Amino acid sequence: MSAGDMNLTLKVWRQKNKKTEGKIETYQVAGISPDMSFLEMFDVLNEQLISEGKEPIAFDHDCREGICGMCSMYINGRPHGPKGGITTCQLHMRSFNDGDTIVVEPWRAQAFPVIKDLVVDRTAFDRIQAAGGFISVNTGNAQDANSIPISKEDADEAFAAAACIGCGACVAACKNASAMLFVSAKVSQFALLPQGQPERKMRVERMVAQMDEEGFGSCTNTGACSAECPKEISLEHIARLNREYLGAKLTSQGV
Amino acid sequence: MATSPKLNAKIPDGPLEDKWTKYRSTVALVNPANKRKLEIIVVGTGLAGASAAATLAELGYSVKAFCFQDSARRAHSIAAQGGINAAKNYQNDGDSTYRLFYDTIKGGDYRAREGNVYRLAQVSASIIDQCVAQGVPFAREYGGLLSNRSFGGTQVQRTFYAAGQTGQQLLLGAYSGLQRQVGLGTVKMYSRHEMLDVVVIDGKCRGIIARNLVTGEVERHFGHAVLLCTGGYGNVFYLSTNAMGSNVTAAWKAHKKGAFFGNPCFTQIHPTCIPVSGDHQSKLTLMSESLRNDGRIWVPKKKDDNRPANQIPEDERDYYLERRYPAFGNLVPRDIASRAAKERCDAGYGVGTSKMAVYLDYSAAIQRYGKGEVNKLNIHDASAEKITELGKAVVKEKYGNLFDMYKQITGEDPYEVPMRIYPAVHYTMGGLWVDYNLMTTVPGLYALGEANFSDHGANRLGASALMQGLADGYFVIPYTIGAYLANEIRTNAIPTDHPAFVEAEKQVKDRISKLVSIKGKTSPEAFHKRLGKIMWDKCGMARNEAGLKEAISEIQALKKEFWSDVRVMGDVDEFNPELDKAGRVADFIELGELMCRDALNRNESCGGHFREEYQTEEGEALRDDENYMYVAAWEHAGESQWELHKEDLVYENIKIAQRSYK
Repeated sequence: MSAGDMNLTLKVWRQKNKKTEGKIETYQVAGISPDMSFLEMFDVLNEQLISEGKEPIAFDHDCREGICGMCSMYINGRPHGPKGGITTCQLHMRSFNDGDTIVVEPWRAQAFPVIKDLVVDRTAFDRIQAAGGFISVNTGNAQDANSIPISKEDADEAFAAAACIGCGACVAACKNASAMLFVSAKVSQFALLPQGQPERKMRVERMVAQMDEEGFGSCTNTGACSAECPKEISLEHIARLNREYLGAKLTSQGV
Repeated sequence: MATSPKLNAKIPDGPLEDKWTKYRSTVALVNPANKRKLEIIVVGTGLAGASAAATLAELGYSVKAFCFQDSARRAHSIAAQGGINAAKNYQNDGDSTYRLFYDTIKGGDYRAREGNVYRLAQVSASIIDQCVAQGVPFAREYGGLLSNRSFGGTQVQRTFYAAGQTGQQLLLGAYSGLQRQVGLGTVKMYSRHEMLDVVVIDGKCRGIIARNLVTGEVERHFGHAVLLCTGGYGNVFYLSTNAMGSNVTAAWKAHKKGAFFGNPCFTQIHPTCIPVSGDHQSKLTLMSESLRNDGRIWVPKKKDDNRPANQIPEDERDYYLERRYPAFGNLVPRDIASRAAKERCDAGYGVGTSKMAVYLDYSAAIQRYGKGEVNKLNIHDASAEKITELGKAVVKEKYGNLFDMYKQITGEDPYEVPMRIYPAVHYTMGGLWVDYNLMTTVPGLYALGEANFSDHGANRLGASALMQGLADGYFVIPYTIGAYLANEIRTNAIPTDHPAFVEAEKQVKDRISKLVSIKGKTSPEAFHKRLGKIMWDKCGMARNEAGLKEAISEIQALKKEFWSDVRVMGDVDEFNPELDKAGRVADFIELGELMCRDALNRNESCGGHFREEYQTEEGEALRDDENYMYVAAWEHAGESQWELHKEDLVYENIKIAQRSYK
């Protein structure tokens, strides 16, 4: 059952490091099973390259179950490939046909420089989080967990925002390479919860300022980010972010 | 038996209930001015590492945190699904600190320390408080209070959860605390860095050698203390539910520098995973244990029954867990559920094309929930379709993401047909031996979370890994590290041109050069697969003396072949995942041998360690408390050589018994 009979042509972005220029290389893979994941198909290709004495293709991946947010392939012009609501590692070859040509590129954004081949540097997201994506509570300070009742609706909505895996598909999908969906998900999660209120204004101002500093583009409400998001984070969070930001700017001391 | 003089667990004296409270109030403190001068290295940023790094930085220590992933948020704790236990007794169903303690010791088949486990149960409640304060969106009831569910091996509802993404939400909480400290400049973060050795000076751990995985540069880092929070080693089996990058390298380097390895053969095989579909498979996907709350596990009563599940009538189904273990039913602990599935499949009752799977069926739960909804909504004369529709909606709310994941991977719809599941390697109870302070046998070197051996005995209960990781990081190490660092306030930072750093760095570089210079014919991946097959066949769910002896010689041969035939493409001074992988596989090979030796030494069955020679007439694990009620701590003594040290387990508060879930 392991060996399949799909034959594919792959056009893959190869780039030695961030300083050198990259280009598309063409590879053939044979005997692919529809039960393989897209990354397992890449494993087959890489083993093939190694046996030919060629350098395998570098790509980011880790959990291979759609939750760590590490995998990041731009497949046939779409982040994480042709199916909605999943990451690259959850994409299976049964979504393709024998004989297909598949083009695979890294995330492309000024704020995500290429490290090698399909691997990009997403530490800008960490810096945005460090700027304000937290509740300042030191360990040991907390009161009993049930002393703050939170309505199920708010808790569920905060959870829906918190489901973001930080993969960066939103940035890759956006024609402006905007990080608004990522930032709005974190801002929303905390804005919806009572625990997030004390730092509410400062948080949104700082995170947006850091986002701008990292070189992400502006949001023009196209909605590609949400359409391509593997966790289907809603555009409503961007609307909330805009309200939060405007409210903060109108009333705060400024950051 | 007597405990080896080299193993002092340092369990505080006094009654079990008072040990931790008393110890916590009397352990040495470091004053705030001195904390700033003390540097702590934290390796790994999962639940244990991120929570420890953030908390220690809050306390004022100067912290450096390392992870091999591109961001601290991606550590494999993120993938934990079902939940986190805590003795809150919010459900008023009789839970208590003692019960959580008791369930954990019993679940671990009486191979864990009483003192450590009681402390774990004591701090469990504070973890939930801390996480909620951080904004972790746990599941809630309509009244706004926290929701709980059941997990295996318990009869109370003490598991807190966030849909099937509890690990993700807890880790993002700890990560937000960590990033806050990064922003404040109290933690310096080194992502895409892999620890390749620890540096020991005058018998104390004083730092690490790490490789920058982007540039290939090998770096020296000093620390007054080093915390390994590097997770488990389930990937020694190649196929497991672990992330692809999860590895034993940091723990293994520490082991070779003097840290004893505790109970390495204690591996958890999780009963509910999606079965292997072919040789191409790179990893296995877990279906959360929470699914056993509502799902019923069965196989056909007839051998080689090839009818589709839905065409097998109710009275021709064998709900074997409910049959064998009526008291706990589908919620028996993982080791027991896994063995029971293997027993049925080996006997010829398995399902699916491979016949190595059993059904996990939600049709009864859908009907039950559907009827409940009909009542709630006051619908009279509801049609069967309406009941099914409403029932599916409830199941979707509780387990939707898991069902979607199953469908995505298998192409089958679990709302319509039962899921096919089979056990897979999931967690390792074994790990670096640590004392009550979480310190290894190397002074100044600590191990937290799954990387240590301490709390789960021979089998971990569901939803207890997240609890232990966060307990160690948030509430244990911040206190216990004081016992060591209070004596280090006069130690100035040691310059990294010290000969011990130079020598350690040289060894790391030599090994890297060796790996790339072999230029053989076989990829690291191919070696990994072969190791995994040996381990799964001979040191997996069932083990026996002959098989383990064969495995040891096969692994030794594999090691020789690896070091003469591995092919590592690319250069050392660049981003090179093949090189990273080669180093990890080399360490897994050595660990595999030790695991087999430990399994061979332990002439009993307990928890996840099942030696075929030692079982009851009913096929249950048969312990030998007289001869094996000890922690096996292995000291590295040269290539393929280890010395065994024993730490006796003393049960003063729990009456040990044969574990029964019947």
